[in-house]
Amino acid sequence: MTLPGSWEMVVGLEVHTELKTATKMFCGCANHFGAEPNTNVCPVCLGLPGSLPVLNERAVELAMAIGIALHSTIAPSTFHRKNYFYPDMPKDFQISQYDLPINSGGYLDLPDGSRVSIERAHLEEDTGKSTHLGGSGRIHGADRSLVDYNRSGVPLVEIVSGPDIRSSAQARAYAAELRGILIATGASDGRMEEGSMRIDANVSVRKSGEPFGTRCEIKNLNSLRSLHRAIDYEALRQVELIESGGVVRQETRHWDENLGVTSTMRTKEEAEDYRYFREPDLVDLAPEQAWQDRIRLALPPMPAERRAALKERLIAPTPAQLDAVEVVIDLNLEQFVNAAIDADIDPVLALARAANELAGGLEGIGNLTPEAFCATLRLEQSGQLSATQAKTVLGELLAHGGEPGAIAAAKGFEQLSSDSLGSTVESLIAQNPDEWARYREGDEKLAQFFIGQVMKLTKGKANGKAVVAELQSRR
Amino acid sequence: MTSPLHRDDVAHVAKLARLSLSEEELALYTDQLGQILEHANDMSTLQLDDVIPTAHPFGLINVVRDDSVRESLDRDVVLAMAPDAEDGRFAVPRIMGEAP
Repeated sequence: MTLPGSWEMVVGLEVHTELKTATKMFCGCANHFGAEPNTNVCPVCLGLPGSLPVLNERAVELAMAIGIALHSTIAPSTFHRKNYFYPDMPKDFQISQYDLPINSGGYLDLPDGSRVSIERAHLEEDTGKSTHLGGSGRIHGADRSLVDYNRSGVPLVEIVSGPDIRSSAQARAYAAELRGILIATGASDGRMEEGSMRIDANVSVRKSGEPFGTRCEIKNLNSLRSLHRAIDYEALRQVELIESGGVVRQETRHWDENLGVTSTMRTKEEAEDYRYFREPDLVDLAPEQAWQDRIRLALPPMPAERRAALKERLIAPTPAQLDAVEVVIDLNLEQFVNAAIDADIDPVLALARAANELAGGLEGIGNLTPEAFCATLRLEQSGQLSATQAKTVLGELLAHGGEPGAIAAAKGFEQLSSDSLGSTVESLIAQNPDEWARYREGDEKLAQFFIGQVMKLTKGKANGKAVVAELQSRR
Repeated sequence: MTSPLHRDDVAHVAKLARLSLSEEELALYTDQLGQILEHANDMSTLQLDDVIPTAHPFGLINVVRDDSVRESLDRDVVLAMAPDAEDGRFAVPRIMGEAP
């Protein structure tokens, strides 16, 4: 979307990611999504009197990994209490990092070449989960609320970008790239639909070159699509408000996915005064250089580097192939593509099968070895399997595992001998003299006609490329 | 000497802490808290340029635990502590407004 006139949007994102630890931030309760309500709770995460928090080492290491991946500076940091009363936080404060976060500064480079600055990436704990009964399901109008504290105390890192984003598409690209980094570092599973990555967007508008306008914060966007839509809606709302003589108020707004609108949640006047103060039960966190270096050295390559490496293996990639590279990197499938290219399989074929067939059967990816993937593609490349047959074999491998040759045999994919294919082609030529004549005169489209006829006669067992070769040899 | 603290400041803090104070209590606490602030202000008269800022009395840093799961509480025991529960969860009165 483009804003009217010379209006420009200014967007900064706050991304909350739950860390993939075994336990919570300050206690040994399991960090496990989907458990029975209130089964992973203890005196610490229930905020019972006398309980004391102890910091999870793994959470610190994952926070450092995120910081390193975002080119942040890891600095001595402290924990604060953010005080507020709400039933999702039973101790009436959330432990967070305030003026001294573990990661300061940094940047994230997007695939389009733009750079978004990172202000900070700090540690904090998640809250419990409330379900509101009665009314519409939204909080207003609910008769009572039920609270599950399994999520209370789950470690989070909040990554705050600078106000550098200028379009909803760029915001989406930033969130997608960041998600890829979070997955690559092992810090998060990036499952937005499960709430393990949540985004708040700060949106303001201005005329190009003028100072920043008043911003509104849109809370809890939990899909890339919502992020995109909410930012577009909010920026346009602000432009229309200003152009009709109104003034943007600084406020927190809620995105309604069904209605496609944002609405006021609370204004600046109603904003909470959190009375931050030092958490007296926790000491400073100051990871020494050796600890930082251990994390740095253990860090796998980030998506940008992997993307570049995979592109290098393609010769003059087409836009469709570049899209396939994105899919392969995003879904962590490049080990298959790399193994295939190493095995002298056409990179374009390997990329296509990974970005389509493997991407479409991700739930079974554990059943597939790179060796089986390569073996299948080798059969396809040599003409022993048609494209359709190769796809079927991959589907079977993803579903149940196994050996490609055996699967092909069990499916009756034994290759037609070239003698039998040749005689099939001969008889089709005899039966379709007009089509044959046009093909001979150079109408390449007719090749598809003959392939279709051969497929019909052989019940799909023939290989399209082999059919074309037979046609060519008789042309 | 005028108090460094205004009655309205105390009323605001009391509201944030969900404390209901009478006018008499507000006056009392404005005076008492004011005295504490005055005492804290005495610190600013000291020459502290050579003192390293210290945020915590212990010199400890990086106190962490292993990321290994420990047994959680039994849910029945947990919910028995609550005034009300439903469907395995704590039941609380209707919430006005969203979480901060």
